[in-house]
Amino acid sequence: MYVAVKGGEAAIAAAHTLLAKERRGDPAVPELTTDQIREQLALAVDRVMSEGSLYDRDLAPLAIKQARGDLIEAIFLVRAYRSTLPRFGYAQPIDTSAMSIRRRISATFKDLPGGQVLGPTFDYTHRLLDDSLNEVAAEPTAPARRPIADDANAPHVADLLGEQGLIEPNPQATDDAPVADLTRDPLAFPAERDLRLQSLARGDEGLLLALGYSTQRGYGRTHPFAGEIRMGSVEVHLAPEELGFEVPLGTIVVTECEMVNQFKGSAESPPQFTRGYGLTFGHSERKSMSMALVDRALRTRELGEEVVAPAQDEEFVLSHVDNVQATGFVEHLKLPHYVDFQAELQLVRQMRREWEEANRKEAAE
Amino acid sequence: MSDAASYNFAYLDEQTKRMIRRALLKAVAIPGYQVPFASREMPMPYGWGTGGVQVTASVLGADDTLKVIDQGSDDTTNAVSIRKFFERTAGIATTTHTSEATVIQTRHRIPEAPLGEGQILVYQVPIPEPLRFLEPRETETRRLHALEDYGLMHVKLYEDIARHGHIATTYAYPVKVDGRYIMDPSPTPKFDNPKMDMCPALQLFGAGREKRIYALPPYTKVVSLDFEDHPFEPTKFDRGCALCGSEGIYLDEVVTDDRGGRMFVCSDTDYCESRRAEATEGGHALHEVPR
Repeated sequence: MYVAVKGGEAAIAAAHTLLAKERRGDPAVPELTTDQIREQLALAVDRVMSEGSLYDRDLAPLAIKQARGDLIEAIFLVRAYRSTLPRFGYAQPIDTSAMSIRRRISATFKDLPGGQVLGPTFDYTHRLLDDSLNEVAAEPTAPARRPIADDANAPHVADLLGEQGLIEPNPQATDDAPVADLTRDPLAFPAERDLRLQSLARGDEGLLLALGYSTQRGYGRTHPFAGEIRMGSVEVHLAPEELGFEVPLGTIVVTECEMVNQFKGSAESPPQFTRGYGLTFGHSERKSMSMALVDRALRTRELGEEVVAPAQDEEFVLSHVDNVQATGFVEHLKLPHYVDFQAELQLVRQMRREWEEANRKEAAE
Repeated sequence: MSDAASYNFAYLDEQTKRMIRRALLKAVAIPGYQVPFASREMPMPYGWGTGGVQVTASVLGADDTLKVIDQGSDDTTNAVSIRKFFERTAGIATTTHTSEATVIQTRHRIPEAPLGEGQILVYQVPIPEPLRFLEPRETETRRLHALEDYGLMHVKLYEDIARHGHIATTYAYPVKVDGRYIMDPSPTPKFDNPKMDMCPALQLFGAGREKRIYALPPYTKVVSLDFEDHPFEPTKFDRGCALCGSEGIYLDEVVTDDRGGRMFVCSDTDYCESRRAEATEGGHALHEVPR
């Protein structure tokens, strides 16, 4: 005899206990520490900070550990925590031209003021599995460093082009103009570039990679060049209203990508290059490059071009780029849908009856 | 961070609650209109009731009694999870009895027992836009609502009739609110639509991922869309509940074996239990329903 289902509560508690056990894995293997994750899985930490929209090198490793290495789940944990934090104010724009550079490359100029700095990169490594990492290896040696002069100056590549008017100028910020913030206001269309960039910065690396890639394959082609990619630390400043002057809050590591894209010019403006911009927390070149490609593609409307491809369609991109939203809604299909399914069952049965009756009648005629 | 005491009452900070309450007030002032609000990330996934949870968190007071149902039941896993969330973060009383609750959060059902004045029913809404599957663009659907241009929806319903002889929508069946806005009642079966009409309780709808809130103030006219020659028909069952014997209520079909065995029981578990308790108290045997 069927009795109404009970015991959801006990089942949930048991599932959580099991999850904690699975997370720990074999107890004979030493437990992973969050310090180890922060230091040795640093790129995972960077992704969780970027898409979690919270720069915290302690919380992100904790989230990764708790999420058993599922980065979207970790991003979700960080976002949920972030939404409980009070908002004290908005920082001053960071100055990436004053960055303490760890990596800086340009694909458009062989040499340039400030030089090309390779820094720590997978580029040019041969992707051969290194089985020496199976053992606890000796500490890697630090490479020799060329001392950097105090007056070392690494201007943005796009600014070098800008001096000759070859690239569109960056729009000038006005001090008291409000900056859009989709964590405080609901997304509305049309979305201006500040809002689009925020959305992309929080957006899913995988989706941005695919969309950026699609523009390279002809779905909204933008003829991009990697003008510059730079990674390093910048200071963050806050100017509290009651103080009236800026105070430094600390430094963060960011990766910035400036794409230089073709543009034919129009009746109003001469032919010149246009810009696409990408910025992420930590070291994330794939994400910041993809973001810059998609940013440029989303400027289609602004530049008077025709919207023909998915990457140019801001409603399509911004509505689907957030992986916390996407994973939630896709996975909600796991939730019970008994009552709606019951209604559909009734309807299918009714429609089958009607279909059979109609067929019978037709056969009889 | 695992300590609930470090979070504000009902999780959200007071600024956020104020923002949501403002959206709620606007929604109540314009029944059926979707008010954009700055939905927050919640500690449960989008699509699992974050809109409803934010609305509930914003209307809950310390002396409220909360009931949470999913598919009509208090015991489905997500209902249990959301109820525990508010027990932990707000420390409020909870109940499974519809009549005892001051706030009821629901997914996909309206309780069978009639709601009264002073009660609030909070719906979890996945896709708030009734025109979404006819027009994917938000910019376009907002324009259609503004112009009260609902031709698309009427054509869709007409095409259903032309193709099937009847309207082939069984849940999330669109309604017209107070003669103005077409509204999605959330994916409740159309069986529940008539309960929304002139309901004495306040009905609030929260869509977290889509960042929309809408509302039906008490005693609002809610009409399921239909045509004069094809009037709206709620789903009917040709039997009663196999456990409590109630008729005219929504039933879940339960598969009892692998040889085609089926039984039909109340979807609203509290209603079913109350009916069975009454029958036992009254000295009646449980209603036997022929299979």
